Amino acid sequence: MNELIQESKVAAFVEHLPQTMLAIDKELVSKAIATIKTTDFPTTRTEAWKYTRLARIAAISTANQTAREGKNLSREDIHSSYQITKDGLTFVFENGVFRSDLSSGEFPAGATIKPLTGCTKEELAIVGKSLTLENEVFNAMNTAYAVDGMYISIQDKAIIDAPIQLIHLITGKNTVSNLRNIIQIGKFAKAEIMQSYFALDAEASFTNVVTEVIVAENAHLTINKLQYEEEGNYHISTEQVDQAKDSTFTINTMSLNGTLVRNNLNIEVNGVNCMTNLHGAYVLKSNQHVDNHTIVDHKQPHCESNELYKGVMDEKSTGVFNGKVFVRKDAQKINAFQSNGNVLLSDDASINSKPELEIYADDVKCSHGSTTGQLDEEAVFYLRARGISEKSARHLMVSAFIEDVVTKIENEAFLNYTHSLLKERFGWDF
Amino acid sequence: MGYTENELAKDLENQEYKFGFVTNIDSDKAPKGLDESIIRFISAKKNEPEWMLEYRLKAFSIWKEMVEPSWAHVHYEKPDFQEITYYSAPKQTKKYESWDDVDPEMKATMAKLGISLEEQQRLTGTNVAVDFVMDSVSVATSFKAKLAELGIIFCSFSEAVQEHPELVRKYMGSVVPMTDNFYAALNCAVFTDGSFCYIPKGVKCPMELSTYFRINEGGTGQFERTLVVADQGSYVSYLEGCTAPQRDENQLHAAVVELIALDDAEIKYSTVQNWYPGDKEGKGGVFNFVTKRGMCERNAKISWTQVETGSAVTWKYPSCILKGDNSVGEFYSVAVTNNFQQADTGTKMVHLGRNTKSTIISKGISAGKSQNSYRGLVQIHKNASNARNFSQCDSLLMTDECGAHTFPYIECKNSSAKIEHEATTSKIGEDQIFYCLQRGISEEKAISLIVNGYCKEVLNQLPMEFAVEAQKLLAISLEGSVG
Amino acid sequence: MITIKNLHASIDGKEILKGLNLEVKAGEVHAIMGPNGAGKSTLASVLAGREEYEITEGSVDFDGQDLLELSTEDRAREGLFLAFQYPIEIPGVSNINFLRTSLNEIRDYKGEEQISAKDFMALVREKSALVELDAKLASRSVNEGFSGGEKKRNEIFQMAMLNPKLSILDETDSGLDIDALRIVANGVNKLKSPENATIVITHYQRLLDYIVPDVVHVLYNGKIVKSGPKELALELEEKGYDWIKAEVDAQ
Repeated sequence: MNELIQESKVAAFVEHLPQTMLAIDKELVSKAIATIKTTDFPTTRTEAWKYTRLARIAAISTANQTAREGKNLSREDIHSSYQITKDGLTFVFENGVFRSDLSSGEFPAGATIKPLTGCTKEELAIVGKSLTLENEVFNAMNTAYAVDGMYISIQDKAIIDAPIQLIHLITGKNTVSNLRNIIQIGKFAKAEIMQSYFALDAEASFTNVVTEVIVAENAHLTINKLQYEEEGNYHISTEQVDQAKDSTFTINTMSLNGTLVRNNLNIEVNGVNCMTNLHGAYVLKSNQHVDNHTIVDHKQPHCESNELYKGVMDEKSTGVFNGKVFVRKDAQKINAFQSNGNVLLSDDASINSKPELEIYADDVKCSHGSTTGQLDEEAVFYLRARGISEKSARHLMVSAFIEDVVTKIENEAFLNYTHSLLKERFGWDF
Repeated sequence: MGYTENELAKDLENQEYKFGFVTNIDSDKAPKGLDESIIRFISAKKNEPEWMLEYRLKAFSIWKEMVEPSWAHVHYEKPDFQEITYYSAPKQTKKYESWDDVDPEMKATMAKLGISLEEQQRLTGTNVAVDFVMDSVSVATSFKAKLAELGIIFCSFSEAVQEHPELVRKYMGSVVPMTDNFYAALNCAVFTDGSFCYIPKGVKCPMELSTYFRINEGGTGQFERTLVVADQGSYVSYLEGCTAPQRDENQLHAAVVELIALDDAEIKYSTVQNWYPGDKEGKGGVFNFVTKRGMCERNAKISWTQVETGSAVTWKYPSCILKGDNSVGEFYSVAVTNNFQQADTGTKMVHLGRNTKSTIISKGISAGKSQNSYRGLVQIHKNASNARNFSQCDSLLMTDECGAHTFPYIECKNSSAKIEHEATTSKIGEDQIFYCLQRGISEEKAISLIVNGYCKEVLNQLPMEFAVEAQKLLAISLEGSVG
Repeated sequence: MITIKNLHASIDGKEILKGLNLEVKAGEVHAIMGPNGAGKSTLASVLAGREEYEITEGSVDFDGQDLLELSTEDRAREGLFLAFQYPIEIPGVSNINFLRTSLNEIRDYKGEEQISAKDFMALVREKSALVELDAKLASRSVNEGFSGGEKKRNEIFQMAMLNPKLSILDETDSGLDIDALRIVANGVNKLKSPENATIVITHYQRLLDYIVPDVVHVLYNGKIVKSGPKELALELEEKGYDWIKAEVDAQ
């Protein structure tokens, strides 16, 4: 019986974190706290976490959260090192705290963009609307301990041309950052959002970000996401997306650095005639571990979803892909495609791939494919025979393999930035 | 005018289970329920040596600590293990010296199943040795003498325990340990009989070896074990067929099959499973919770082929452990579910050795309100250089009330491995049906043609006479035209 | 052979055939031509019994029977054959098995005996030669991996095997090169007899150089708007359809 009274490990983990000051529903916060008290960190016995061990996150000593005081940085530092494009609006957060002194750019017309700390209770009424708390400790932790985050609300019919950029920096040792973002795209509106995550003098720190997205009727939203926190840091990210009819949602996830990265993409397609695109690249080395966990839930007929994830694992790294497509009863005429490709460059690297289909309607076209292999040695030989060094030949082959998904990024600045990081970290040219 | 999906659904509902008859044979039963005394009773009934009883009791103590697995994509009321009869033998327990000695009623049962030995012989033109297991007890093994000339042992499991204890002790539990899973542990504790087969070094078994399983008594569970050992360089093709009578309650079948293919040996194991699937309301039917696994040593090959049309709930993953270098594992499966049937079936290919190869072809067909899942694991271990896997999992949906699901697990720890997995889900093609109709072919025949075409890659793997039976079964399961 | 009176048919609430009349007698070859969207393929589909089409008015008499009352397969068994514009692929089902099933079901319907394997194979050899179809194609899966020309030849091969009373060739010439066209047309001509009839639906006059029709009909806006001797096809080829449209629209 003692075990039941004992606090969960998660409760001990959050003990020294400040509870959220955001104007979100008190009942929701209480519910989140109740979940934290009664639920432990998932283990590999939990199907959704079968291939990802959380011991290193659970082991962070969270007692001292001094890093919150803020790094001495200037706008110029941000512009030169972290900003992906000068266009549009750039919001900077450090350890979940909004840094207006580092943020820049012009506010576009037809949109309300501000930090969550500046939002009213009414504006935050949608927080947690479709997010599961039960058994989801990271969602619960984020709900009860969210520091700040971005509030983006695009009016009906507004077309926002320049991207809205969110830069999150994690700094200091053992820092825990709970960042919460709210994105609402009005009817017939269009927007593009960039999220990038970096670490700066950070060590054993943990970013836990939850982004709630509502894409209204006939709206278009693209999210470009870049994860480049240094090794030794941990990152869990959840996107909860609700698509209304005739809408298009696209997300490109580039996971290039960070010791443990877990992405949960939960897309609920709640309207007819929707288009959903999920693309992801994970390029890993040393002992990195990246786990992409996606769910596309087709609840309405006449929709299409395309999913392409590709990974390259070198040294002792591990990639995980778990993609699930649901086609609910009566969601007829669904075309759902899912594809996962992996290349292992070292005998110590590994990949776990689990592309799943759960189909309850009959008039559907669904397929998935998964391939795992090494580089085509014949092709490598061919390149060498043309005078290219073996190393360059391999780089060329790997970059060609991953480029397939990287070029799904339509934003040129984001694409170039991704290429520059691949060059910086892996020495590849494109 | 034409054949609509609704009509098809109706046809599927209305067809009856062809093998739902009960054979009236007195049987020798243990009292219901399970405790140590029942295990002792079973062991005593079978005059087992002490080591066998100890093995059972150990398994029982392990089983008591285990919980029934719930990860499969099936929903059913968990069986009450105290409501099951664990031993039920046809009363006439004397050994059959020849086919003529077999109880005529039993012969009639076999004939009704379409598997009489004479017919088998006539059909194939070659000989097929058959072991017939009814309610857990092996009642007839044919061609024993002929096989013995080649040194092949083919007998009931009980007989093997008595007469070949060294082989049984060496191999039993070597592929599926008693701790493996809940149902395997239960089987180790209470198994009543099954088949045993040993092919000596270098011998190519000249005939198909075949076992037919049938649950007859009401309220009984069937817990049989099959152990096939193919010694170095040998070859055997093994067939297994299953039926059960129509009953309102759920019957439990928890079997364990272990295959051992030593260096350079090959085992081909084919199953046509047609346990009673329950009626069209989903009442009754067999719970088929089976552990099947094979071990491949160097250059060995194990090929599983299954045509699964029966059972209310199926939980079955015939697997290959590719331990030896250059070993090969294959899995060919057709799984049909109709009405309220649920199947969660697939395979595990565990690549341990170098240059190991596996192929998975799975064809699922869902009709009625059934749920049909493919669950498969391809695991490439660190030292399995140049491992290759190809998997193809297709699902065909016949109604808008059924489900087809695919849960592949791909785990790779070696960079030289090459793994390809493809899956598709689609509806039976209306255009294809119309094309057939326009050529004067009836709807039922059209569907049968299309479905058989869809399953061809798997059916082609079956020995000829089994393929005929399997095609008939598919037709029965899906067309509503009995016979 | 077939008499179509005032046939109206629609799909998804849209009327495609708007009062079509046509009579074809035994021994005759009729060509139906017309611009895109006139309803040519709809006519073929309706006669074969595709369910998506709703018959709202009219009648079709096929050798004394009400065709519209028959199921698709019974129409086929009564001797109506449709050569598909886009022949369907059926993976895993061999052409041979398919045809044997078809032939036997038709025989069964007529109360005739099943064909023996020997007679069947002899028939296959004889008829495949007619359309110069490689014997290997007969054992391959139905239309799977066939080239466009092979698929069309396979349709005529099936027609030869089943020996129908009325054959409807739906755009059988489309996509064929001149050699394949000649082979297909030859096959059709050889199968012609005083007891059977053929309706050739086509876009191009080209085919009619090889299969000479007794009557040419122009289908426009869901109706036969003009009928004439084979020379009409040449006129259409030369002048296009605009003059017919103008004529009809003027009325």
